[in-house]
Amino acid sequence: MKKVKILLLIALVAVIGLSVAGCGSNKATLNVYNWGDFIDPEVIKEFEKEFNVKVNYDTFATNEDMYVTIAKGGTNYDVTFPSDYMIERMISEGLLEKIDKNNIPNLSNIDDRFLDLDFDPNNEYSVPYMWGTVGIIYNKNMVDDIVDSWDILWNEKYKGQILMLDSQRESIGVALKKLGYSMNTRNLDELEQAKEELIKQKPLVYAYVGDEVKELMVAEEAALAVVWSGDAVAMMRENENLEYVIPKEGSNIWFDNMVIPKNAQNKELAEEFINFMNRPEIAAKNAEYIGYSTPNKAAKELLPDDMKNSPVAYPSDEATKNTEIFLDIKDVVSIYDELWLEVKSHR
Amino acid sequence: MVKNILKKLYIFLMFLFLYAPIIVLIVYSFNDSRSRGGWKGFTLRWYAELFTNSDILTALYYTVLIAVLSSVISTIVGTFAAIGIHGMKNGYAKKTVLNLNYLPVLNPDIVTAVSLMTLFKFLRIEFGFVTLLLSHITFCIPYVILSILPKLRQMNKHLPEAAMDLGATPFYALRKVVIPEIMPGIVSGALIAFTLSIDDFVISFFNKGVGVTNLSITIYSMARRGINPVINALSTLMFVSLLVLLIIINKKDEKDANSKKRGENI
Amino acid sequence: MKMKIFSYPYMLWLVIFIVVPLLLVFLYAVTTTENGGLQFTVENLRRFLDPNYLDVLWVSIKLALQTTIITLILGYPIGMIIAREKPSKRNIMVLLFVIPMWMNFLLRTYAWLTLLGKNGIVNYIVTLLGFEPLDLLYNDGAVLLGMIYNFLPFMVLPIYSVIEKIDNSLIEAAEDLGANKFEVFTKVTLPLSIPGIMTGITMVFMPAVSTFVISRLLGGGQYMLIGNLIEQQFLWVGDWHFGSAISIIMMIFILIAMAITSKFDDQKEGSSGLW
Repeated sequence: MKKVKILLLIALVAVIGLSVAGCGSNKATLNVYNWGDFIDPEVIKEFEKEFNVKVNYDTFATNEDMYVTIAKGGTNYDVTFPSDYMIERMISEGLLEKIDKNNIPNLSNIDDRFLDLDFDPNNEYSVPYMWGTVGIIYNKNMVDDIVDSWDILWNEKYKGQILMLDSQRESIGVALKKLGYSMNTRNLDELEQAKEELIKQKPLVYAYVGDEVKELMVAEEAALAVVWSGDAVAMMRENENLEYVIPKEGSNIWFDNMVIPKNAQNKELAEEFINFMNRPEIAAKNAEYIGYSTPNKAAKELLPDDMKNSPVAYPSDEATKNTEIFLDIKDVVSIYDELWLEVKSHR
Repeated sequence: MVKNILKKLYIFLMFLFLYAPIIVLIVYSFNDSRSRGGWKGFTLRWYAELFTNSDILTALYYTVLIAVLSSVISTIVGTFAAIGIHGMKNGYAKKTVLNLNYLPVLNPDIVTAVSLMTLFKFLRIEFGFVTLLLSHITFCIPYVILSILPKLRQMNKHLPEAAMDLGATPFYALRKVVIPEIMPGIVSGALIAFTLSIDDFVISFFNKGVGVTNLSITIYSMARRGINPVINALSTLMFVSLLVLLIIINKKDEKDANSKKRGENI
Repeated sequence: MKMKIFSYPYMLWLVIFIVVPLLLVFLYAVTTTENGGLQFTVENLRRFLDPNYLDVLWVSIKLALQTTIITLILGYPIGMIIAREKPSKRNIMVLLFVIPMWMNFLLRTYAWLTLLGKNGIVNYIVTLLGFEPLDLLYNDGAVLLGMIYNFLPFMVLPIYSVIEKIDNSLIEAAEDLGANKFEVFTKVTLPLSIPGIMTGITMVFMPAVSTFVISRLLGGGQYMLIGNLIEQQFLWVGDWHFGSAISIIMMIFILIAMAITSKFDDQKEGSSGLW
C-alpha cells in the first residue's frame, strides 16, 4: 500500500513538472470570473486565439460568494458577471472600475430597453450579458386551472405539489407581488404581511428547493414551481408537458452584466473581451449554448426561430409590464433574514 | 451457519446502500439528456465532451494534486503530533491542545473558511495554490490525529520503553515499534484526510487564488445552470479507475501473501 | 519519554492556523462595525438568545444526536465484520467503503433525489411489485438517511482500526474461561473498542451539528439549521459579527456536550480530550 502511494506521488510530481515546464508562455492573461457553465467554451477558445492571450476562467455559485471573493482582495479578476442588485452594491462600495465606452463600440448592439437601468444609471460600470424573468412553471397535465396569477401557489387543491425557491429574496418577493406590493419594499408592515402569506402557504409546499427544481419538474415530481426563465427554457426542452407563465401581478426581471472589478490587472484587455462578447455571432453563440435570453438585439436576430420567438425566453412587453428589478436591500437585509427564519421555523 | 449468512447479508445491504447513488451517477452518465429528470436514451457524448473540456480537466488535476499533497503532509505531521500529544502528561496543557485541535472538526465549513481567509488577508498573503493547500492541511490534520490517538491509547505503553531499554534510540523505537502498532490508525487517518480534501467546497472556494480551482467548486458553480452530465462521465471514469487500481493492489497483495506462505513452507 | 517533543511542530501550526483564526472569530463576535471602527459589544451574543435562534440550535443538535446514535448502531457491526476478515480482504473492504465518499457530495446527494423521488427508482421498484408509491423524500427520514450516508465511514473507520488490533489471545482466554459469545463481546471486545467508539462519535457528532446542505437538499429546506444560519449571516446578510457570535455559542454548546460524553470514557487511560 505504502509503495503504491509513493509511486503515485512520484507520478504526480512528474506530471506537475511537465505541466509547469509547458507553462512558460509570455502571453498576456485575462482573469474571468463567471457563473458555472455560463459561457460557450468555444467562445473562450476563439478569444484566446484571436487576441493571442491566455484566459484564466474561474467560476462561482452565487452572487454572494463572488462578492466575498472580490471584496476580500488579494485576487485580481479582470471581468466578472454579477446580477443587478449586486452590481448596485458593488458600485456603492467602490469595488468596480468605470468602463470606457469608447473601447466597447459593440455596446450599440444592445437593445435600448436593457440600458440605463436603475442599478447602473447610464451603464457607467456594466454591460448587459444575459437577462430573464421569474415566473411559474407548471405541468399542464397536473394542473387543470388557468395559471396566470401567483394565487395558484396558494391553492389548497395543489397541496404537496408546489415547489418554492429556498431563497429569501425570491420567495418573499413572490408573496409581496401576490399582495400587490413592490418586491423592493422597505415597508415593515408589507413585509410582515408577506411573511404571514408564506407561513399560510407552508403546509401546501412540497419543498423549498434550489437548483434541483429543474430535474424535479422534468421528472414530474411536482405540479408547480417558481423558476427563472432561463431554467424554464431548459426544462421545457426536456419535458413537453411544462409551460411557463409570468403572473399578471408582476414578477422579477433580472440581469447578469459584465463588470470590471477595481483591482483588475488588465483593464484594456477586459474591455476588449466585453466588446468581443457583444459581437452578434459571439453573443448568439452564448445565448444558444446557455439557453438564457440575450440583451443583444443583433445576436437575437441570428438565433434559430424557435428560440427567438419563444415567449418564455423573449416575452412581449405586455407580459413584462409589471416586472421589477431587484434593488440592493443592504439596509433591510437582516429584517428579510429574520422574517425568513420565522417562516422556516414555523411548525 | 445462519450467523454467517446474516453477516454476509448485512454487509451486502450496507454496500448496496453506499453504492446506490454511485450506480445512479454511472447510469446517468450515459443518458442522452442534460437533466436527470428522465432517461432519454444511451449516448457516449458526455465522455467525448469531457476530453475537450479543459476547465474540468484542470479542476481534476488540482483536486487530485491538492488531495494527495494535503493528505500526505497532514498524515506525517498528524502522526508526529498524535505521538507527541499522547506523550504529554495528563493535565490542562494536554486537554487544551486537544480541544483546540477539535475546532476545525467542530466548526461549520464557512467559519473555518472565513477565519482562514481573514488570517491570510491579515498576513497579507496572496491567495493562490499555497493558501489553498495550507487550508486543506489545516482541516485534515485534526482528523488524522483523531484517528491515531485511540490506537496509541490501545498500544501497550511499555512496548517502546522496552525497545529503548534494549538499546534502541527513541527514533528507532518510533520507527520499528510505535508506527507499526498504530499503522491502521495512520492509514484510516490518511484515507479520511484524502476523502475530506477531495470533496471540499467552501474552504477551498474562499482560500484559493485566480486560476486555481477544484472539482467541487466547478460542480457547485454549475448547480444554478444544471450540472453538466460531463461531470457524471468524469465521476464514472474516476470510479472505474479506482476500482481497477484496487483490483491491481489486491492481486499484488495476494501474490505477496502467497509467496510469503511458500517461503515459510520451505 | 521524550516523545512529546514530536508535538512541538504541530503546536506551532496550531497556534497560527487554529488559535489565531479562532481569536479573529471571537473578535468579530464581540464587536460591531461602527463609524468605520470596531466597538466592543455583547449585542451579537445577546441577539442569539431569541427563542427562534435557540430552537434552530436545538433542532440541529437533535438531528446530530440521532445521526450519531444510528451510525454507531449500524457502523459498529460493520467495523467488527471487516476487522475479522483476512488481512488482504480487509484492506479492500475498507477502501471499497471509503471510495463512494470520493465522488462529489453534491452529485451523490442529487442522486438520492433520483432514487427517492415520487417517480424515482425506489418507487419504480415498489410500484413494479404492486405496492403504492412511498413518500420517501422531503421528510425527516430522508434527511436522516442522507446524514447517515454521509457520516457512516467516519464512524466505521475508527472502530474498525481499533477492533482490528484487539489481541486475539484475550478473546481466546475469555472463551477458555467459559464465556459465551455474548459475554466475550460485552466484557472484552466492547470495552476494548471504546477508544474507537469515542473517536467515531467525535468525528460524526461535531460536524453533524453544523451540516445543513443535506437537510436543504433532502429535507426540502423545511427547517433551518444552525449551519445554515451561520452561513447566511456570513454570505447573504453580510453580518460577520452575528455570524461569528453564533459560531462561538455553537462551539461552546458542543464542547459541553462532548465533555459529558467523554465522561463515559475510561478515565484511567487518560483523556482523549475535552475537559
